[in-house]
Amino acid sequence: MELKSKIPAGPLADKWDNHRFDMKLVNPANKRKFTVIMVGSGLAGGSAAATMSELGYNVKCFCYQDSPRRAHSIAAQGGINAAKNYKNDGDSVRRLFYDTIKGGDFRAREGNVYRLAQISRNIIDQCVAQGVPFAREYGGLLDNRSFGGAQVSRTFYARGQTGQQLLLGAYQALEKEIAKGGVTMYPRTEMLDLVIVDGQARGIVVRDHVSGRIEAHLADAVILGTGGYGNVFYLSTNAQGSNGSAIWKAYRRGAAFANPCFTQIHPTCIPVAGDYQSKLTLMSESLRNDGRVWVPKKSGDERAPEAIPEEERDYYLERKYPSFGNLSPRDIASRAAKEVCDEGRGVGPGGRGVFLDFGAAIKRLGKEKIAERYGNLFEMYDRITDEDPYETPMRIYPAVHYTMGGLWVDYNLMSTIPGLHVIGEANFSDHGANRLGASALMQGLADGYFVVPLTIGDYLAQAKLPPVDENTPEVREAVAVASGRVKRLLGVNGTRTVASFHRELGKIMWEFCGMARNAEGLKEALVRIPALREQFWRDVRVPGSGDDFNQNLDQAGRVADFMELAELMCLDALHREESCGGHFRTEHETPDGEALRDDEHFAYVAAWEYKGDGKAPVLNKEQLQYENVKLATRSYK
Amino acid sequence: MRLTLQVWRQPGPASAGEFVRYDAPDITEHMSFLEMLDVVNDRLIREGKEPIAFDHDCREGICGACGMMINGVAHGPSKGTATCQLHMRSFSDGDEIWIEPWRATAFPVVRDLVVNRSALDRIIASGGFISAPTGAAQDGNAIPIAKQDADESMDAAACIGCGACVAACPNGSASLFTGAKITHLGLLPQGQPERYRRALKMVAQMDLEHFGSCTLFGECQEACPKDISIDVISRMNRDFLVAAVKEREERSVAGAG
Repeated sequence: MELKSKIPAGPLADKWDNHRFDMKLVNPANKRKFTVIMVGSGLAGGSAAATMSELGYNVKCFCYQDSPRRAHSIAAQGGINAAKNYKNDGDSVRRLFYDTIKGGDFRAREGNVYRLAQISRNIIDQCVAQGVPFAREYGGLLDNRSFGGAQVSRTFYARGQTGQQLLLGAYQALEKEIAKGGVTMYPRTEMLDLVIVDGQARGIVVRDHVSGRIEAHLADAVILGTGGYGNVFYLSTNAQGSNGSAIWKAYRRGAAFANPCFTQIHPTCIPVAGDYQSKLTLMSESLRNDGRVWVPKKSGDERAPEAIPEEERDYYLERKYPSFGNLSPRDIASRAAKEVCDEGRGVGPGGRGVFLDFGAAIKRLGKEKIAERYGNLFEMYDRITDEDPYETPMRIYPAVHYTMGGLWVDYNLMSTIPGLHVIGEANFSDHGANRLGASALMQGLADGYFVVPLTIGDYLAQAKLPPVDENTPEVREAVAVASGRVKRLLGVNGTRTVASFHRELGKIMWEFCGMARNAEGLKEALVRIPALREQFWRDVRVPGSGDDFNQNLDQAGRVADFMELAELMCLDALHREESCGGHFRTEHETPDGEALRDDEHFAYVAAWEYKGDGKAPVLNKEQLQYENVKLATRSYK
Repeated sequence: MRLTLQVWRQPGPASAGEFVRYDAPDITEHMSFLEMLDVVNDRLIREGKEPIAFDHDCREGICGACGMMINGVAHGPSKGTATCQLHMRSFSDGDEIWIEPWRATAFPVVRDLVVNRSALDRIIASGGFISAPTGAAQDGNAIPIAKQDADESMDAAACIGCGACVAACPNGSASLFTGAKITHLGLLPQGQPERYRRALKMVAQMDLEHFGSCTLFGECQEACPKDISIDVISRMNRDFLVAAVKEREERSVAGAG
């Protein structure tokens, strides 16, 4: 497989501009002759569907939720970065570009990231024009706040609901186009397979959740904006339905999967309370500005936190990282929490938690000041745990939050399958080995509003697209495969629930492919995962039928795919003999516990190619070229 | 704690439904309401029975997918809280809990506790947007917006589209939902050109979808998980009234060259 990144030649700052001129156009009258399938309706998918319809294409948009407004982008809290330099604090496109490359631990493409930084400015303008109620100052101008990984204030926000407001902006634009007839919306409809005819992506096979009907939808091109696969860990901050099935099916049909092991684990989430737990809730990282993280010095100390005297507490972040202390970066804070819990010093049920203590800050600043800064977060914490953080320390623990890996795409956001484009979290393109806060929303909207609506035209203008219909053999085959799989899932009729398998898979992944990884553990996971998968297909129980609304059936298909994806993640983690960003191999650390990158051997994108069930996938490498930034070691000491 | 559930079971839109009693003996107070249902469903599946269908997704109170009548109250007893954020400590050992889907003509039942809320999407499609095609925007700071306007607009924009307001309303009205969008966009300068047309179109669509009329009971704001105030309904009514007077017939004369 040849990986052509198609990064345009020329100076970094001119690449996107030159490329826009070089791309072929489809004239307005011809656009309406093309149909594009958009899978997913989040920030990337919703904005792309609306924009392509505005341009004149016929769009068919699919989402598994009952409404496109519920895509999981809605849950993003913090904000969206843009190099507006409204604060006159020295920000620029180049600075946002550099921060993002560095934050990603030098494992992302220069060309893509620079384009992202350029487009970030248009995104804010676009969203304001749509009526997104960003926070404002008294003078009426847009407000900014600071975020991790940057020394400038460039994050735009709408209270703690930035994702919601941006998504509603895209959703409203989408509904506007639906009313005009440019977009046909298919809610409660889930993609089961990709249809490829003559080597080109020409459609998808879907299951209508309500009627149970499985059928093919055909088009001239297909775009996936189906989000990340963090739910492979079972417990994550993702929505219950978030899944990796669409990109996994595309992988099985020939799309390369890039850097599958790059996952982001967020240090401040509410810990697991019991086996029944279905999801983890994020607590904004900003809490670490005033909270002090600690655990008891003694292992097995079960006294209430108030009863543990100062000298018996270990403020381990302050001890280990004196200069950054409680504000050390996400990956370091996460791994440090795991270490102390592994030593048996974790707190709360199951011993998987650490204290985030506001006692000192309340003494110093007063309860009122703390309430003003964090009141809503304290309330949410109280509602979930029934503990009052003003009185007793919060308990937090890291949780899976985002996946930087995804389908490999070129500069046009096209995968290795012609006609199949991939946008947002579903692709691998912009965040390298670690994503900075407030950059996910930026990438989703950049891809959806400004990149793919143009690059899709370049593809359609040049592609030879012979007619296809439901009788084309490839279409019949894909429908038959999808229907057969549903029958197979329903036919096992074993003894264990889908959720119990998912939970077990999650435990394996969390233990061996989570915050810290090593060869021995990954090899163990590579034995356990296939065994669990075999048991799944032998013993899962999926109640009900395939002919109507059946949530267990939908979930069973997703979990079956996670069982395969998990294996590829471990394989990728095992092969990458270095530590970078969210990928930390315990064999590769500096004497003081930092990630030890190996640029000589691993400054590449690992793009895995499917070769058939039971066969090892093939590793293809796209060497990363750094012409504008110098590779350097990140230091936080 | 041990609970008794009376859950509305209905196989499909056309079939009859009924309450079915379930024993839930192994519930802990730290579970969310939906996790409690997960536990009940897990046992139903192991016993070879059909699990209870209910919509849910983010489970952190923002996507708006979940929602059910709990002892006759939309989203249950905890004010300003969606069902997924309701915890079992709001109940006591031995309680009997009645669980039903949203009840409204405009929300037909899909299965059990799952209803079809696509009518809300069609209300938005009828005018709940600002027409700003991608690429046509001026600089974000070109129009200053008073902080108070932006804040009040945000209060209304916080709506999660769950439909609790409709379910709580004795008339099955969607006025809180519609009013919230009209308020969100109507308070902003960008929303002015389409303001009155928007009010006319959205209210007309609301009627078309068989939502009831608003008689200002105020049940909607009590049920709203985002505490949206019925002030948004006054704003909708005002815009609608002004629109009825102000709107001119549309003629496509200009630009016809």
